[in-house]
Amino acid sequence: MTHAVAADDVWKYYGDYPALREIRLAVEPGSCLALLGRNGAGKTTLLRIFAGFSKAGKGSVSIFGRDARDLETRRRVGILGHGISVYDELSAFENLTLFGRLYGVADRRKTALDWLERVGLRHVRDGLVREFSRGMRQRLAIARAFLHDPQVLLLDEPFTALDDRAIAVLQTVLRDALARQCTIVLSTHQLREAMELATHVALLARGRLAYHGERSAEMLSDPGWLYARYGES
Amino acid sequence: MAFWSQTFTIAAKDLRAELRSKEAINASFSFSLTILLLFSFAFVEEATIDIAGGLLWIVFAFAGALILNRSFARELPNDCLDALIAAPLPASALFLGKALANLLLLLAVEAVSFPVFGVFYNARWTGQFWTLALVAVLGTWGFTVIGTMFSALTVNLRLREVMLPLLVYPVMIPCLMAAMKLTGHLIGGEPLDAEMMVWMRFLIGFDVIFTALALALVDVVLVS
Repeated sequence: MTHAVAADDVWKYYGDYPALREIRLAVEPGSCLALLGRNGAGKTTLLRIFAGFSKAGKGSVSIFGRDARDLETRRRVGILGHGISVYDELSAFENLTLFGRLYGVADRRKTALDWLERVGLRHVRDGLVREFSRGMRQRLAIARAFLHDPQVLLLDEPFTALDDRAIAVLQTVLRDALARQCTIVLSTHQLREAMELATHVALLARGRLAYHGERSAEMLSDPGWLYARYGES
Repeated sequence: MAFWSQTFTIAAKDLRAELRSKEAINASFSFSLTILLLFSFAFVEEATIDIAGGLLWIVFAFAGALILNRSFARELPNDCLDALIAAPLPASALFLGKALANLLLLLAVEAVSFPVFGVFYNARWTGQFWTLALVAVLGTWGFTVIGTMFSALTVNLRLREVMLPLLVYPVMIPCLMAAMKLTGHLIGGEPLDAEMMVWMRFLIGFDVIFTALALALVDVVLVS
């Protein structure tokens, strides 16, 4: 069976410093991988390589067996990173229809309106994003990432700095995504939220894969257990 | 078809964002008008024809840098560039969309600058209007392509406002030379002779070569 997301002997250097070393992991379709590790462990670097923002120095990554930069692959991937990736000078509706057009969403106006309704922004559909509160911008970013119904979601610390309403929206759409067999890779420091969603866990320590396997009962009952057993001292 | 649809989507998005924020276009208009006004006091009327091409294209080049600097920098707030790189559009469509938006913004600046030049310098510049318009479009496309490419290359640099002109101006010298020669000649009311046709072909060749190079290299520039 083709893996949804796979890394084969991935190395990444920043100058002489190896940010990632010998990363080999595979994520099966429909599963949720929590990518854990301390700051600087290489989580964001690995996610950026999966997303096609950055190239591996050595080794390769694939999404459903194809190159991450392949246009067809990118159509199947949704990304929520550190930034909200929406334009301040456009309205909420214009932002969503813009990305709907770029992703080739069939009925982009209806889809955009549906997502604005779902994240509670339909009443401000024509308001410019620069006039939005931080929470509203975050909810719009969630709608932007899920708009094209992606089969793979790459989420870089998705819960960080979200307000309570945005967290609730994100948890709902993530559960819905898992229910429809979407594959999720999320990096996070929020262990409890991650363990509740994850079916698998990978722990990075100084650019190396310290652990990769199914989420166990110990991890769920004690989210710090993984760090204590496999993490850096 | 999807390629052109995505190209025009990016161009429309950039134009809409710029017309709402007016960050670059206001600075560019102000710069052009100020330089044209100040230089009109510095030159005697008899010298107008001799300096027309050089003056206008220096104004366009410097005013253009203000617009080109914003081209990819506009994507930095909120990490919008990541969203565009992740979207299923070819890097060449992204580049071409941005270059088209820059071209239209620069042509708008030029459309205002030419009449202002005519008034301040008492010059009849409309004698060969359509040929002059063709030279303006070709010259502007040449430095728009180079400027947009270097805007992508310098987007993550802290000193990009300084680096962009340093990188762009030396490369665009041949394009500016041809555009200056042709513009001066046309404003002087002379028809395009054999020598000027060489400059015209040179300008077209420059545009074709640098457009092809930019389209071929932009994916490498955007994904490191």
